[in-house]
Amino acid sequence: MTVVKAENLSLTFQTADGPVHALKDVDLAIDKGDFVSFIGPSGCGKTTFLRCIAALETPTGGTLTVNGMSPDAARKARAYGYVFQAAGLYPWRTIAGNIRLPLEIMGYSKADMGERVERVLELVELGGFGGKFPWQLSGGMQQRASIARALAFDADILLMDEPFGALDEIVRDRLNEELLSLWARTGKTIGFVTHSIPEAVYLSTRIVVMSPRPGRIADVIESPLPRERPLDIRDSREFIEVAHRVREGLRAGHGDEL
Amino acid sequence: MGVQIVLGRLLPVLTILLAIVALWYAAVAPMNIRQSLDMAERAGAAVTPPDARERSNTSRWVLMANNPGEIARGYSLDRPRLPTPVQVGGELWKTTGEMALKGRAFSKRSLIYHGWITLQSTLMGFALGTLVGILGAVGIVYSRTMEMSVMPWAIISQTVPIVALAPMIIILSSQLGVEGRGLPKAIISAYLCFFPVLVGMVKGLRSPGREQLDLLQTYNASGYDTFLKLRLPASVPYLFTSLKIGIAAALVGTIVGELPTGAISGLGARILIGDQFGTPLAIWAALFAAAILAGILVTLIGWLQRKAMRRMGAGT
Repeated sequence: MTVVKAENLSLTFQTADGPVHALKDVDLAIDKGDFVSFIGPSGCGKTTFLRCIAALETPTGGTLTVNGMSPDAARKARAYGYVFQAAGLYPWRTIAGNIRLPLEIMGYSKADMGERVERVLELVELGGFGGKFPWQLSGGMQQRASIARALAFDADILLMDEPFGALDEIVRDRLNEELLSLWARTGKTIGFVTHSIPEAVYLSTRIVVMSPRPGRIADVIESPLPRERPLDIRDSREFIEVAHRVREGLRAGHGDEL
Repeated sequence: MGVQIVLGRLLPVLTILLAIVALWYAAVAPMNIRQSLDMAERAGAAVTPPDARERSNTSRWVLMANNPGEIARGYSLDRPRLPTPVQVGGELWKTTGEMALKGRAFSKRSLIYHGWITLQSTLMGFALGTLVGILGAVGIVYSRTMEMSVMPWAIISQTVPIVALAPMIIILSSQLGVEGRGLPKAIISAYLCFFPVLVGMVKGLRSPGREQLDLLQTYNASGYDTFLKLRLPASVPYLFTSLKIGIAAALVGTIVGELPTGAISGLGARILIGDQFGTPLAIWAALFAAAILAGILVTLIGWLQRKAMRRMGAGT
């Protein structure tokens, strides 16, 4: 079943220096349960595409549907959870209070809220940290809390915009592993923007390689890797081959700029 | 350990205080030398130069050098141009603590009474100014029209000298049939107080970044939720900073409101009356009472701020 469908999608920003083609003729279908990564250099439109799905940007051409609706209708139906690069936790709320934020806005009952907060805290391995304030947690833990916040309500789609971009590699590996197991347990459809080739290859069932000026899709790679992935799969032949193909796609998209 | 912390915080403050007091004492001699010599002459002492008119054309330093024996007199004059800290402290005690001990704390001669009058108008003006400031900031943040129309006027309002405006407000309010000076004083005080609150709150309400607003957008949050759950709590630190400036401004506004002739109570009136009756000690005591009052008010808001921020999860 197709969850996100983009056809001929374009987005042009009008700036003082003339029009900027953030996206041009993007065709892509994301199926239910997919883990799709978007990779490419700055300005390739990967974040813009994710923001279009979330109805945070409005395309200027083509069609885009989310769960068969317009992105804005999907947003109002609370179809997705969004994780930003910065954890963006409210410093004046505890971790539990931060996770409760979307639930309060969406009008969940008090008892339901408490139960959900406990469940997602366990899911991101932050059990027992609900009463702490954000500053008492490390950067990695804060980002886990922000993922928990996106999981607290029942959205089938999880959109993540470089969620681990600001973390060091060791923490990043660990969170990648946890994210995979979380994906396996929840069966969500995940759209994931990243700069890192190993991260994209390790996590995704499909990798969308994008190139800039204008932002477009250079290659879509179906991963041959199994869904169950221990960290050391990164030393396997298949992994290295996929990573190679991603690198080739990035290089081709860049033309002679590199 | 504890002693060290206390010393570490007190020592710099005490050092500056000591320097100020030393400078003050040093300034008393040249400031009062002319008066000292006048007194000495009246008492029959030989003074150089003996002619008062000639003395007024001679530099204070020369007078001090020629009459070293009369310098000490300047530290115990009844109506000195510059009283010593001890004289001011004594006057302050005489008009507050001593009267309170006699059970006359609220007599019209007591600075506690006048301070209380000033405090009332200050708090009223502060409440009014804060309310106007916050409401104005909400309007400016949410309405482009208000930003374009209100903000320039708010800035212009602060360029009008309050000393010129205060008498007009007082006369106008009495013509409108408002009894007493309490309300017009509070309005003058609010006039000075609303501006820092307005500016601080505009900044505070706008402090959430784009990602934070986007996040709420993904929840399809209403404007009301965005205000209540994000903008308002995010503005609290800015609010308290503004309130500290605001309450000090409110006190100044009240005192200015008490200056125009006709006022008989309040610290401002005491300053004016002290000037008219040539009792510098009364002026200085009222000035210090105002400073102490401002200190207490600002400290109180600082304490509230610490309490609020701790409840809102701020670290140590």
